[in-house]
Amino acid sequence: MTTFTIFVLAIFVGFEIITKVPPTLHTPLMSGSNAISGITLIGAILAMQADFQVAWLAPTLGFVAIVLAMINVVGGFFVTHRMLAMFKKK
Amino acid sequence: MIASADITTYLASPKLADAGYLLSAVLFILGIKGMTHPRTAVRGNLLGAVGMLIAVLVTVVRLGLLPVGLAGGAMAIGAAIGWVLAVRVQMTEMPQLVALFNGFGGAASLLVAGADIAQRESLVTVVEKVADKVQPVAPNFALLAAGAAGLIGAVTLTGSLIAAGKLQGIRLVDRKPPAGMQFVSGVLAVSSLVLLGLMVAGYAWAFWVLVGVAAVLGITLVQPIGGADMPVVISLLNSYSGLAAAAAGFLIQNNVLIIAGSLVGASGLILTNIMCKAMNRSLANVVFGKLEPSAEGPSADEVYEGKIKATSPEEVAMLLDGAQHVVIVPGYGMAVAQCQHTVRELADELENRGATVEYAIHPVAGRMPGHMNVLLAEADVPYDKLKTMEEMNPEFSQVDVAIVLGANDVVNPVANTDPTSPIAGMPILEVDKARTVVVIKRSLSPGFAGIPNPLFAADNCLMLFGDGKKAMVDLVAAVNEN
Repeated sequence: MTTFTIFVLAIFVGFEIITKVPPTLHTPLMSGSNAISGITLIGAILAMQADFQVAWLAPTLGFVAIVLAMINVVGGFFVTHRMLAMFKKK
Repeated sequence: MIASADITTYLASPKLADAGYLLSAVLFILGIKGMTHPRTAVRGNLLGAVGMLIAVLVTVVRLGLLPVGLAGGAMAIGAAIGWVLAVRVQMTEMPQLVALFNGFGGAASLLVAGADIAQRESLVTVVEKVADKVQPVAPNFALLAAGAAGLIGAVTLTGSLIAAGKLQGIRLVDRKPPAGMQFVSGVLAVSSLVLLGLMVAGYAWAFWVLVGVAAVLGITLVQPIGGADMPVVISLLNSYSGLAAAAAGFLIQNNVLIIAGSLVGASGLILTNIMCKAMNRSLANVVFGKLEPSAEGPSADEVYEGKIKATSPEEVAMLLDGAQHVVIVPGYGMAVAQCQHTVRELADELENRGATVEYAIHPVAGRMPGHMNVLLAEADVPYDKLKTMEEMNPEFSQVDVAIVLGANDVVNPVANTDPTSPIAGMPILEVDKARTVVVIKRSLSPGFAGIPNPLFAADNCLMLFGDGKKAMVDLVAAVNEN
């Protein structure tokens, strides 16, 4: 139940902040939040700890998941930075 | 692999790790908060990245994974690929890249769930043991979370790949959908829910069937959706990639995954909603509906016959010479022609002559939310010159020249005048109120909605026919000669 409470509260926090993001930053918001969704990387690292001898599939999937999540994280934050660096005031 | 002593340490000191996860969650929230203003956005993004780094370090230390070994290798591979993609991408290709990243995120969450299922069946699961110690979970609830991660993750993966393929113009995916696609989607969606129900009932094996069905569902859902609706699709898939991560968080009982995932889920949903409102269509209509010209609507000949005034760059240059207030309205055509830099040159030249130049940007202009803003920022246009539809519409009657560049449906006055039109009620940029409108366009071909645009035939409208890039280059040259 605690986790569900956290889930609902986090959604509310998200709605509160994100409605204040101006349209001009919608693309960086999307790529930046996408990088944050790469947090599933933590799950992937944990998944890789399973014993290969007992359940070979689990660490294998974990390995692939780490690669994919890391593409998401590094690529996402980096490309967002590239875009945001271009936004300048006169 | 990991020694049992390490697991014991890991289990024995969850407080430190939880504090680290809490810190990352706070940094994610502050990071997104930074995105509320261009001035603080760079710092916001960095805060998010630091939050991610802390979460990873805490996990690695907690597992006693130093040196990190195979997991580190996987991270290095992913980081290298991500970095190359981020550095190489052209700003005009940003929608494809974001779609692709969404897909990878969804796939990672799906695989995390898959790994959990694989261990569940062999009854050795570190993750599960950890979860049991931290907080007892009913197995069915865990399987529901695994199923949700698998379902959402798989739809996100294949849906995003199809979306990216369409945006890149890959012929294999960017074609007319075969008939009955939406019926197939319906059947697959129902099957997914049945399989999810089986998982809740304790049948872990249903996971793999569910993933397969959901993967096909992602394809059949996104394939029939047209290019101009891509901003909605990408926003929705963005939301899904977050929700898949949150579902994985429920599965492994990790709060930082739940918090970060739901933040992204909320973000994507808000953007989806903004995009739908900007088209006056429901999400269901975008995903399942079809935008078709009504039978009663006037034909292109009726609208355009004898009323179109073609113009030349020289004539437009003369017009601009006397203009005080010029507004540029960019659309997807600007992205295709990649002429944002030429647009900036024109604006610079006009500003040097004392004119005010602003940009009016429709929420769904381009192929993703904020697409035009990024392209113009790339061309060094200051962000305070980029105006929203709400800011610009009351101003148009004071605008001397409005230049429409590669936009069509979003400036079609029919949206306000003809209730039977497919775009009826869609909020538009009211460029027709400007003193003179110059439309730069290849031909009179209709936009995504497939209807003629009476703006082109209006008394105050001039058509500058040609390729966006070439027309802009010629226009800049003509203005410079004046």
